[in-house]
Amino acid sequence: MTALLNMRGIDKAFLGVPVLSAVDLTVSRGEVHALVGENGAGKSTLMKILAGVHTADAGTIELDGRAVSFTHPAAAQRAGIASVFQEFNLLPELTVAENVHLGHEPRRRGAIDRRAMHETTAAALADLGVADLSPAAKVGSLSVAHQQITEIAKALSHGADLICMDEPTAALADAEVALLYRLVQRLRERGVAVLYVSHRLREIFDLCDRITILKDGRLVESVATADITPDELVTRMVGRRIEAQFPPRAAGTEPGEVRLRIDGCGNDYVDGIDLEVRAGEIVGLAGLQGSGRTEIAEAVFGITPFTRGTVAVDGRPVRITRPRKAIAAGIALVTEDRKAQGLALRQSVKANARMVLDANARVHSRRRLARIDGILSSLDLVARGGDQEVQYLSGGNQQKVVVAKWLAAEPGVIVLDEPTRGIDVGAKHKLYAVIRSLAAEGLAVLLIASELIEVIGLADRIAVLHDGRIAGELPGGASEQEVMAYATGRRRPQSEGTQAE
Amino acid sequence: MTHVKRLGAALQGAGTVFLLLALVFALILAINPGFFAAPSLMAFLKQAAPLVILAAGQYFVIVSGNFDLSVGALVGAQVVIAARLIDGEESRTVPVMLVMLAFGIGVGLINGLITTVLKVQSFITTLGMLLVLYGAIRLWTGGAPTGALSDAFRTPGRLGIQTPLFQIPWALLIMIGVGAGAIALMRTRFGRILMASGDNELAANRSGARVDTVRTAAFVLSGVSATIAGILIGGFAGVSAQVGEGLEFTVITAVVLGGVALGGGRGTALAAMAGALAIEALFTLFNQMALPATLRPAVQGVIIIAAVAYAARRRIRPALQSTATPS
Ligand SMILES: Nc1ncnc2c1ncn2[C@@H]1O[C@H](COP(=O)(O)OP(=O)(O)OP(=O)(O)O)[C@@H](O)[C@H]1O
Ligand SMILES: [Mg+2]
Repeated sequence: MTALLNMRGIDKAFLGVPVLSAVDLTVSRGEVHALVGENGAGKSTLMKILAGVHTADAGTIELDGRAVSFTHPAAAQRAGIASVFQEFNLLPELTVAENVHLGHEPRRRGAIDRRAMHETTAAALADLGVADLSPAAKVGSLSVAHQQITEIAKALSHGADLICMDEPTAALADAEVALLYRLVQRLRERGVAVLYVSHRLREIFDLCDRITILKDGRLVESVATADITPDELVTRMVGRRIEAQFPPRAAGTEPGEVRLRIDGCGNDYVDGIDLEVRAGEIVGLAGLQGSGRTEIAEAVFGITPFTRGTVAVDGRPVRITRPRKAIAAGIALVTEDRKAQGLALRQSVKANARMVLDANARVHSRRRLARIDGILSSLDLVARGGDQEVQYLSGGNQQKVVVAKWLAAEPGVIVLDEPTRGIDVGAKHKLYAVIRSLAAEGLAVLLIASELIEVIGLADRIAVLHDGRIAGELPGGASEQEVMAYATGRRRPQSEGTQAE
Repeated sequence: MTHVKRLGAALQGAGTVFLLLALVFALILAINPGFFAAPSLMAFLKQAAPLVILAAGQYFVIVSGNFDLSVGALVGAQVVIAARLIDGEESRTVPVMLVMLAFGIGVGLINGLITTVLKVQSFITTLGMLLVLYGAIRLWTGGAPTGALSDAFRTPGRLGIQTPLFQIPWALLIMIGVGAGAIALMRTRFGRILMASGDNELAANRSGARVDTVRTAAFVLSGVSATIAGILIGGFAGVSAQVGEGLEFTVITAVVLGGVALGGGRGTALAAMAGALAIEALFTLFNQMALPATLRPAVQGVIIIAAVAYAARRRIRPALQSTATPS
């Protein structure tokens, strides 16, 4: 079988700083090929070269044995390379069918043939094994997973031979990940190759046939998945062994005072929420997409406040109607969507990291400002310096800046909504350790993560949400089955009386 | 060392305007070497000062993500108010200046509150304010302003400190003071939050910033800058019903020329003021070349389109990358 894609000796530098050096990549037809490496290793850059967004400084690209070079995304698309980036190139006001056919609408006597458009889209979706997505649905109203499917259907409608996916599951819930798995299998069966970037080892071993490892912009090696174990892979990616994935829970020590107490709270999205987080404790919020996890985080932080019930911080009742009030009460929220809510992308790393201190006179202090550099380096931030604009950082490093900005404020309660999204294995490990040690210093942590193992491995206690209510509470280290039983509503909370403590 | 680096980066980011400034000065020098003799240079700076000061005020508004179209009309209104209230009485100079300051702050406050609280686009709010102010001037003066400015009032705009060789205009000193103040303000927490609010309002809000308050404050600063500019322009040029007309466009052109992004979140106060100097220098160059002054609006139009197009081009590349930046 001849290789579908053959990249040789790819070099790329930004403003004189090399990001890729002599990288080779070979992808065969119908192969699911993982591209892995630490944050800033150059994975996205390599993909963008393939997609025609960037142009390589040196090296050759062969597609089906023919040398190609793309100067524009449209050129790559015409050559049969489609890219599904995390931010989609879809028009939210148009329907699924219109997006799929954008720019090559079927026509009948000059006019757009809507009927044909819908029929081919429905067929394409059925072909992908997606039954619950209507071609007539407006893209803006869809879930992230469905938008992603639309993006993939669009890629296929261009007759793509190779689909590049850059961290496609970063924004998906577990159930949606299963859907993506099926989709990738379908693509493989149809002989379409997939280049797959992810920081989630499990996906790589579940889905991919080969793995190419990058480190600091250089090729480490390319191996068949069957020939490597997850531990070996991590070691080669990070350059050192990572022992246990999760730091041990503080053994024997009792959690301290209640720092955050939520009592009978609710709003339009959630109801009857009773929750306590103690100093030194990490409480996980688990649940399916739409079960109300993020809604609880946003209510606690005053974005969409609770309209019923009481919230108390350190024993004092607080009415949190705005983020500013939450911050004043000592609450921090690492938001789920770092680009929309977390970062001022055109400002420097430094300016972002000190934003909370700058914005809140009560939180601002010289001592805290002086700690910022230390916090950034404790998170292993890879940047060209504090003056670098955040928009030019790799995704994982952007996330570290968001986390740093909240740690700088030294909150008493921190709500982490998907804190490890897009962070590499080594940095995840580091962040887990940081979260654990913050808890040990008396911080109360409320953790939301789509990856169940993360909640299970890190949290001392897990509150499982179903349909806007807490369906049950489990101790840390509970099995995935137990969590899912509550999350899917198969197991219901015990009667009112026994649930309250 | 880091300061040098930072200065280098700042110059690089907004480098074009400094380059342009140097180029225009070089052309002026080529045509009229005498221009750089102290007296004529001082005269140039005296004339440029009001626009530079207005540019500093406009910079705050633009960098926070808004526009202030009302400054030209405000300058006009201030001059008319001053003439009417002072009516030639020296002793009224300072009280009237205070009234003008209060008026400038009031207009800025109204602009700011309508924009932030009522969520009217600043373009519309300040366009409305411009019309209201022009209308009020017409109504009040019947087309021909009455009263007279006092000598003390006209001093900052006209006179200066006499040195043996030449006169250092008060306007230049005031301009330097305002400029230094604007640069310093941007380094404070207020300035950083203003910038962050213009870059990403939501992220600033989630960080606890009072986005509406700082944006309103930016309008107030713009109103204050228009007041100071009004005092200088009144002193320099005297009273007429046309004072300030079209100044809003000149100043926005200046700020944009300084590489300050419309929409907010990018650009420095220094570059914005350099943009104002560059425009004034350009007008001077036209004078030297004996081009008709009626050409100015067209030139401004070309500059504003070119500068915005250039900025957009520079932004498209990163933007392209960032829409494609996955994680
Ligand atoms: N447009 C750009 N200008 C300057 N530097 C850039 C630009 N794009 C990327 N970089 C730098 O190139 C390096 C590689 O970035 P890239 O986004 O490819 O990393 P990545 O492997 O995808 O990381 P992550 O896992 O965090 O997404 C990073 O150090 C980043 O800061
Ligand atoms: Mg990336």
